Amino acid sequence: MNGRNVIETQDLTKVYGEQVAVDHLNLKINEGEVFGFLGPNGAGKTTTLLMLLGLSEPTSGKAWVCGFDPTREPLKVKRLVGYLAENVGFYDDMNAVQNLLFISRLNGIPDDLASNKIKELLKIVDLEVDPKKKVGEYSRGMRQRLGIAEVLLKDPQVVFLDEPTLGLDPDGSLQMLELIRSLSQDKKITVFFSSHLLDQVQKISHRVGIMIKGHLVAVGRIEDLAKEKFGVGPESYTLEEVYMKYFKEG
Amino acid sequence: MKGILTICRKELADHFSSTRFILLFYLILMVSLVTAFIVGSGLRDELKDVAKPTFVFLMLFTSPGKLFSLIQFIAIFGPLLGIVLGFDSVNRERSARTLSKLISQPIYRDAVINGKFLAGLITIVIMLVSIVLMISGLGLLLIGVVPGPEEILRLLVYLVISIFYIGFWLGISILFSVGFRSVATSALAAIACWIFFSFFVAMGASVIADAISPVDQTRAAANPELLIQNEQTRKILSLFSPMSLYSESTTIILDPLRKTTQSILLMGPMERLSISRFQNPLPLTESIYIVFPHLISLIAITMVFFAITYAVFMRQEVRST
Repeated sequence: MNGRNVIETQDLTKVYGEQVAVDHLNLKINEGEVFGFLGPNGAGKTTTLLMLLGLSEPTSGKAWVCGFDPTREPLKVKRLVGYLAENVGFYDDMNAVQNLLFISRLNGIPDDLASNKIKELLKIVDLEVDPKKKVGEYSRGMRQRLGIAEVLLKDPQVVFLDEPTLGLDPDGSLQMLELIRSLSQDKKITVFFSSHLLDQVQKISHRVGIMIKGHLVAVGRIEDLAKEKFGVGPESYTLEEVYMKYFKEG
Repeated sequence: MKGILTICRKELADHFSSTRFILLFYLILMVSLVTAFIVGSGLRDELKDVAKPTFVFLMLFTSPGKLFSLIQFIAIFGPLLGIVLGFDSVNRERSARTLSKLISQPIYRDAVINGKFLAGLITIVIMLVSIVLMISGLGLLLIGVVPGPEEILRLLVYLVISIFYIGFWLGISILFSVGFRSVATSALAAIACWIFFSFFVAMGASVIADAISPVDQTRAAANPELLIQNEQTRKILSLFSPMSLYSESTTIILDPLRKTTQSILLMGPMERLSISRFQNPLPLTESIYIVFPHLISLIAITMVFFAITYAVFMRQEVRST
């Protein structure tokens, strides 16, 4: 991966009251990369994502996303970045197409263009269900897939996915990960995602970062991290073993 | 701008399809039809065999009939309309987790609030205009008097004031929906605020006025200035209540025979006729001139509250799950 840095942070820090949520984060993510962002709950992963999107103002430090500073030019960043929040919400009394149409209007996509695109996207995420069905009746997996369709609506360069597999059944999360992989492979989208399913993160990420209590304790390819922690050896380590080692030390 | 319009459009669609809006609309429809009917048929009886006073048409809106006049009704219950349209506008999105999605789209953050406020305001305009038109239509049938150009102008001014008045309450309820996480809390807070400003400020004003410039009978007899002082203090204090601002200015606007901003007096048919005999109506410009300070204060407090909402919303952290 020798592309330019799509995301770069420099001593990015966020303090809530007395608690330091993100402490001097330095991170570089290349173009077209699938980056797995790991860490226990409350480690500061979501806060980092919000700062990168310009939804939350950093206490100090800087960030660049696609060459823009999210604090100063949030609109330019939001135009290029798709964000799937943890537990994404929809307007439950509208159907899938109406939900997507609303978001596409907010993105300034003309309606006639949008309707074709929505059809196409619903096919990609395998949601060609009864068009009259309200989103409120969707299962968790369907909602999550609809969220992916919504993120893709604006043709993003980067997508931030916050726990996209949370609460999905094994089959659903596998499907979700396949979808994420195809984004990177087919559409050349940079994917920055956080998850707790370590073996699946291992399958699809090029690199991972491990964040504990606001500190980024490790970042790199899984093999390299394993080598660093366990030394060079014939056996290969799973991400889970590496993660637990870091977690205990952190 | 595009963001505002898109959000406004969706909010309007939501308003018009929501059950509570439809219920409220029927309620207001019913009340305005009933008042128009009672007032209209009462007026017709009163006007029988007498010379037609000027501005009969406006009496449809100001005459209390057997219950209350339409402008009194709007003064008291209009705020509820604003509150119902706004009290859950932001925190509903927050609890449905659509708010973070909304503001991660490439629109300015204020577009969310502006769009919602605009949609609420449009809804209010549609409701008020249709109420006034309905009453006018029914009034035409009942009393058979066609409104003159000045009466129509006065009705227009009345509409504008009413829109600001209800818009003020819409602004307050949106403020609470930004400030409180729970929908029930923001609804209750808005209603508490309505009761306080509409009823208690007026009551409290006279209590405080008595405290600041007390009037005791013996001294007041010697020095009538004290009475005036007391009355002035009461009046200034009661201007903190949007309801008194509103009802004072609308009675002046809709009743050209009124020349000062006194509180609403109940007038019987004889008084009304004697007033019309011995007084000439004020021209519209003069009426507006009298209520101008009221109008400005009403618009100012609406803007102040909207600005507060704005500031709170812009600074609020997104993550609130």
